[in-house]
Amino acid sequence: MGRQFLPALFIISPPLLPHSPSEPPLEPPNFPGDVVAHHPLFNPLQPGYLPPISITPPSTRKRKAAEAAITDDQPLPESATKAAHTGNATLVGRSRKPKPASTGPATTCPQSTESASSASSTCQKKRELATPATTEASMDSDDDFMSDVSSQDDFLDMQGSDDESLGEDFGDLDTGFSDDKDLLKQKRKPYEVEFKVLNPPEIEREQLVQINEVSAILGLPPESAAILMRFGRWKQEKLIEGYMEHPEETLEEAGLGTNFEGTAKTEVVPGFSCEICCEEGDDLESYAMRCGHRFCVDCYRHYLGQKIKEEGEAARIQCPGNKCHRIVDSRSLDLLVTDELKDRYRTLLTRTYVDDKDNLRWCPAPNCEYAVDCAVKTRDLRRIVPTVRCICKHEFCFGCSVADHQPTPCTLVKMWLQKCEDDSETANWISANTKECPRCVSTIEKNGGCNHMTCRKCKHEFCWMCMGLWSEHGTSWYNCNRFEEKSGHDARSAQAKSRASLERYLHYYNRYANHEQSAKLDKDLYLKTEKKMTSLQSQSGLSWIEVQFLDTASQALQQCRQTLKWTYAFAFYLARNNIATIFEDNQADLEMAVEGLSEMFEKPVSELAELKVDILDKTAYCNKRRVILLSDTAENLKNGEWSFNVEW
Amino acid sequence: MGSQKRIAKELAELVESPPAGITVNLADEANLYEWKVLMDGPEGSPYHKGKFQIKLVLPTEYPFKPPTVSFATKIYHPNVTNDDKGSMCLGMLRPDEWKPSSKIGAVLEFARQLLSEPMPDDAIEGRIAEQYKNDRKHFDEVARDWTRKHAS
Repeated sequence: MGRQFLPALFIISPPLLPHSPSEPPLEPPNFPGDVVAHHPLFNPLQPGYLPPISITPPSTRKRKAAEAAITDDQPLPESATKAAHTGNATLVGRSRKPKPASTGPATTCPQSTESASSASSTCQKKRELATPATTEASMDSDDDFMSDVSSQDDFLDMQGSDDESLGEDFGDLDTGFSDDKDLLKQKRKPYEVEFKVLNPPEIEREQLVQINEVSAILGLPPESAAILMRFGRWKQEKLIEGYMEHPEETLEEAGLGTNFEGTAKTEVVPGFSCEICCEEGDDLESYAMRCGHRFCVDCYRHYLGQKIKEEGEAARIQCPGNKCHRIVDSRSLDLLVTDELKDRYRTLLTRTYVDDKDNLRWCPAPNCEYAVDCAVKTRDLRRIVPTVRCICKHEFCFGCSVADHQPTPCTLVKMWLQKCEDDSETANWISANTKECPRCVSTIEKNGGCNHMTCRKCKHEFCWMCMGLWSEHGTSWYNCNRFEEKSGHDARSAQAKSRASLERYLHYYNRYANHEQSAKLDKDLYLKTEKKMTSLQSQSGLSWIEVQFLDTASQALQQCRQTLKWTYAFAFYLARNNIATIFEDNQADLEMAVEGLSEMFEKPVSELAELKVDILDKTAYCNKRRVILLSDTAENLKNGEWSFNVEW
Repeated sequence: MGSQKRIAKELAELVESPPAGITVNLADEANLYEWKVLMDGPEGSPYHKGKFQIKLVLPTEYPFKPPTVSFATKIYHPNVTNDDKGSMCLGMLRPDEWKPSSKIGAVLEFARQLLSEPMPDDAIEGRIAEQYKNDRKHFDEVARDWTRKHAS
């Protein structure tokens, strides 16, 4: 049964998936305004055109589901097609999730994103009709898969169950589905998160898709929908809800009017005088948006140019009219400004888009123009460290943009960096390690020897222990008894305490800084590696492929050092308990492995060829130790097992 | 170029039919970009009977950039800096709120309105604003005193 049913669905789905290879690549980034003419999603004459009918607002979707429930006894093919249609529309909206899994039974479920309880039972009923062989349990997991990823936890859990259930589901359908299955079988490690890197055209396309969707749902022109979306910070559901309830107020607030008639064009109006430059003339070209505030084209251009270029404003440029809050739409803008400004305008819009979206973040690497899409929310950051890797190879934390700081959670990273930066630590060190000359108040560090101090500066002689005059010590030259007094005792214990906490900090800091330093040296090493590889080729007759192990080793070294570095910051805040001990063991294992590899790596080129197997082994071992450490830490973090000695 | 025509027009309008209590002149006949404005303290305010000289400077990018307004006459007011600059803080003069079609006349009227009704919540001088809100009697006294001393 299932075998017959599924291929039919496959035929429907691929052309509707935005990223499917069968579709011609979308046009290069264009602002919605000038896309109207030729964008496949806009133009009904283009083959890729998607009729707006199939895109339904969530409320309608629910209603459709209810309707489907009533007409449940309809002939199956028709209702199935209808359902598939709605399901696919959902997929278009969520263009970033063209998962192979979604082409499975889930497509038959019209309310895949909204699981209204009544509707989902209908869906199940129908699926029983369609694929009686499928079990209830596996359906549930499919529903989960399609439901919106609300938090990382859900996501992680769901991934696990999904893998299993799909494996069972398709166990007998191996032929033709092996690729999909392999894709799903790739298990993520506990410390890894799912993410996607987007390039600027993709980011623009994402905006377009959402704008089109809202445009179709609300029946507004795309450029107006764009303004509305930017006003609502791309929170689509909320925006549509708000619009449905108070359409006029919403439009007014967003800087749109209710009047969408007419096309954007410049005009020559007899008897017109520009309010800005006070020029008049019967051949003066002028422009007005739908608010009717008319200015000469030169002034309009100047105004837009200044806003875009000097003020870096794009999403909220208002009409130049006094007290008019109408937002300048993209069609007006396209009509008036130069191409260079249009580019800048689009860049600015994309920038605000990524800034507005919680699931997007720019890659912080210099000159990198990619953004990362990840579902981890701010509130999840206590329980997960979402490290992502950009196409430019930069690894950073999606939560705070700091370079990869596994396994330490963002908040602790911030505290640690603050602490390291803070001058108070220097002061702490000084207070614990130095004293001041009782006479000239110079700071003195005792560098060994007896207690008889002579200040270099003022030649004052005093006792390091009691700070009293040396001459008063009489014959007990090397033994200061005067410290038995209570005040002396207090002073000593205060100093001891301060010193202990400082030493603890320094212990962790030194190791942290050491790995940081080594990581920097690794970069040099990486450059040297290439030279090494070349000379290794000529010296030992190895091929280029055969010397790749050095490159792999070098990369492993860097990654492991990065991890090790942050384990020390993590350990600094860790309260002592059993799992902390396990953590330290893991840390020690990784450190030993890394230092071993590092040592091999620095051997002269002539010995490297012989060490190849050892280096390969050690590299693999390092990577393995790192995975073990990070997995263990991530699991415990996720389950809230760690206890820390600070509030965070 | 464009801006000169606009400025000349606005100036002519303001000279011809000045808003109540406001007299407009150029500081220097050859320079359109610096205006000397005389403002009468509005009736019912502690500034009444005072004559305040205001310097209005137009940027070369006017009207795409907002003018700046400062009090040449010392004044005790929450929205005017209590220093030798006498800068005035007006919402509509902020670069992101300014519109090229806003008029100087409106700016001046707004400034005069501010003399009648200070806006302590948008104050530059926090201490004066505090006094204005909590100890109106003393505020009025000092403001009247300053008006007598500096603005008559």
